[in-house]
Amino acid sequence: MTPDPEQAGTGTTEPQSDSDWLRLDPRMLAVTPLRQLLGFLPVIAVVLVVGVNQDLGGRVYGLAAAVGAVVILGVLRWVTTRYRITDERITQRSGLLVRKARSVPRDRIRSVDLTAGPVHRFFGLAVVKIGTGQHAEGIESRELTLDAVSAVEADRLRQRLLDRPGTQRRERADGPDGANGTDGGNGTDGADGTGTTGGAVAPVPAGAELGALNWSWLRFAPLTASSLVAVGAVAGAFGQFVGDLGVDPSRIAEVGDVGEQLSTTPLWLGVFLLALVVLAVAALGAVVIFVASWWGFRLVREPGGVLRIRHGLLTSRSVSLEERRLRGAEVAEPLLMRIGRGARLTAVATGLGGHRGHGRGALLPPAPRSDAHRVAGRALAEDPSPTGAALRRHPVAALRRRVVRAVLPVLAAAAALELVSAKLVPQVPAWAGWAVLGLLPVTVLLAVDAYRNLGHSLTERYLVTRHGTGERRTVALKRSGVIGWTVSQSLFQRWARLVTLTATTAAGSGAYHVFDVRTAEALALAEQAMPGLLEPFLHPHGTDTAAAQPTIAG
Amino acid sequence: MSHPFASEGTAGDMAKTVRHGGGVQPPDQPTEQLRLRPPRHRVSPRAVTWWTTQAILLAVTTLIVPVVGLIVWPGARPWLVAVTLALAVLAVAYVLVMPRWRFRVHRWETTDDAVYTSAGWINQEWRVAPMSRIQTVDAERGPLQQLFGLATVTVTTASAAGALRLEGLDHPLAIDLVDQLTKTTQATPGDAT
Repeated sequence: MTPDPEQAGTGTTEPQSDSDWLRLDPRMLAVTPLRQLLGFLPVIAVVLVVGVNQDLGGRVYGLAAAVGAVVILGVLRWVTTRYRITDERITQRSGLLVRKARSVPRDRIRSVDLTAGPVHRFFGLAVVKIGTGQHAEGIESRELTLDAVSAVEADRLRQRLLDRPGTQRRERADGPDGANGTDGGNGTDGADGTGTTGGAVAPVPAGAELGALNWSWLRFAPLTASSLVAVGAVAGAFGQFVGDLGVDPSRIAEVGDVGEQLSTTPLWLGVFLLALVVLAVAALGAVVIFVASWWGFRLVREPGGVLRIRHGLLTSRSVSLEERRLRGAEVAEPLLMRIGRGARLTAVATGLGGHRGHGRGALLPPAPRSDAHRVAGRALAEDPSPTGAALRRHPVAALRRRVVRAVLPVLAAAAALELVSAKLVPQVPAWAGWAVLGLLPVTVLLAVDAYRNLGHSLTERYLVTRHGTGERRTVALKRSGVIGWTVSQSLFQRWARLVTLTATTAAGSGAYHVFDVRTAEALALAEQAMPGLLEPFLHPHGTDTAAAQPTIAG
Repeated sequence: MSHPFASEGTAGDMAKTVRHGGGVQPPDQPTEQLRLRPPRHRVSPRAVTWWTTQAILLAVTTLIVPVVGLIVWPGARPWLVAVTLALAVLAVAYVLVMPRWRFRVHRWETTDDAVYTSAGWINQEWRVAPMSRIQTVDAERGPLQQLFGLATVTVTTASAAGALRLEGLDHPLAIDLVDQLTKTTQATPGDAT
């Protein structure tokens, strides 16, 4: 499936002179060592402060040697790394002892993402990551990273590499003068001499803005569970750090005082205060994380069919998503967010990387649900948004299944506890089993909610399906993006005469489910969404075997 | 038992009720049946032997632990005997039932336009992949399958959600099928996404 593998610049294309090969930005000579040294900073500090068996001079010399090595490695990396862009492909060579060549055919390029961490930004640089969106392993890499080029060059590369041949030609025809005017220093195309970099030098287009950060969305930050995890991580790291320093927190006077006071207050008050503090820290941390990652967020539709997402306070990110890779959108509402009427919006697109496309392709920060649907509609160029379509409710048998799943485990746990307390372990109080039954209202409520959230629908171009209670997900999947169907039925589903219909697709998580629908409904839905695909495998209408099969009335 | 699809509603009914941007409303008159028919071809009968061998291996490895326990830990015998016996009954049932049940369910079919498979036993699954979306077709055979002259044909699409697997085909047939599918998919236009 892959075309001729990269011939290290010797074969295939017309002879290219050495000057076609470009180096990374010279500022990387400073950035590479600096970043590595920053990463080693704790180690350096430790060596300087608590180094053993050596006099101070020895430590300093050792450090100097290490720094020198890092600098030399950085220089070597810069000297040996080169990249070249021809009409057909972009190639990067690197390595001194082990020479590596990575090559990506230009017509396979599906994404060009720019990232700039604090150090890169200080020096005006950006990392360019070129993706092909291919899942299959091949001779040619799926990804190529230029770390790093100047921010200006990065943006130029982004536009040039994402430009489809069609649009490039049109823009050349439109403005050859403009193309020649800014051609300097970028003549790597080498196709016909004049105006070859047409797409690259088109003036930065003022694209249509589909969404921008609204600071009132900050209220959703504390409602995101992931930030709570992050706060936990920070606290853990801090604890580790304090431990590493060999400081016993209780020996610090102030902390000791607080500890003293806590030990004299009632337990419930202590727990309450602690919970309050944890919640406050979590909320604050969530807000900080929200601001750091979503600062300056903008979603723009650029000419040529590219959606561009930019955000980030310290590390700025720019993700470009070709619209032809877009297969739909997903509105996800984790329970807390749903209570606050908030939602996340992600793109369902091919080549977003990762085995399961989750976590990437965010089209919006956590935002009000209405905004999520509105932006989804704009991104998909649909009005109204298919994610907000009216959904068909699923059969009541689906509710029964969910209630059973909510009740049986609780009953089993309660019975087990009763048995244990009565027969085996007398220490378990007799009321423990009954206490577990107290969970029933909660689980049943969740089951009912899960059922109410089930739904599916078909619009002119989209298959829409929704499910979930802990996180309610509404997916609108382009019907033309469906690449197969799976009908599955567990034993219990067979008893309930339900099936799960799964649309497989090249985008996002690869499979989107319509849970617990009647067989005929599932098949009709699939057949309607992709007419003709399922039809040869259906029993003919008014089937002659109908008598042998149990039929459902109503 | 093998194909329990039976319910109300038809594609024709649904077609009339699609609205622009709106939802699909339930068809008012439940009339005709809409069911999947089983794929045309069964897998090789030797697959039953293959599945049985697998099941025996699994059953034996599962039973090793409690049996060893019985030998080295006499104190636990009263209840461990019951556990072992229960496990043994389950294992025998599994060895006897699973392969035959699978053989009734596992089927496959290819047309000019699509590959259609059914698989499973307690939980069952019907899969359809259009030719235009198929990326790779492979035949593979583990040691047991080689022993029984069987092969598994794997048909992958661009979806990350798993491939269609045609398990327990007659080996020469599997090779032919791979050839035929490869030719058909190459002749079918499209980039499979």
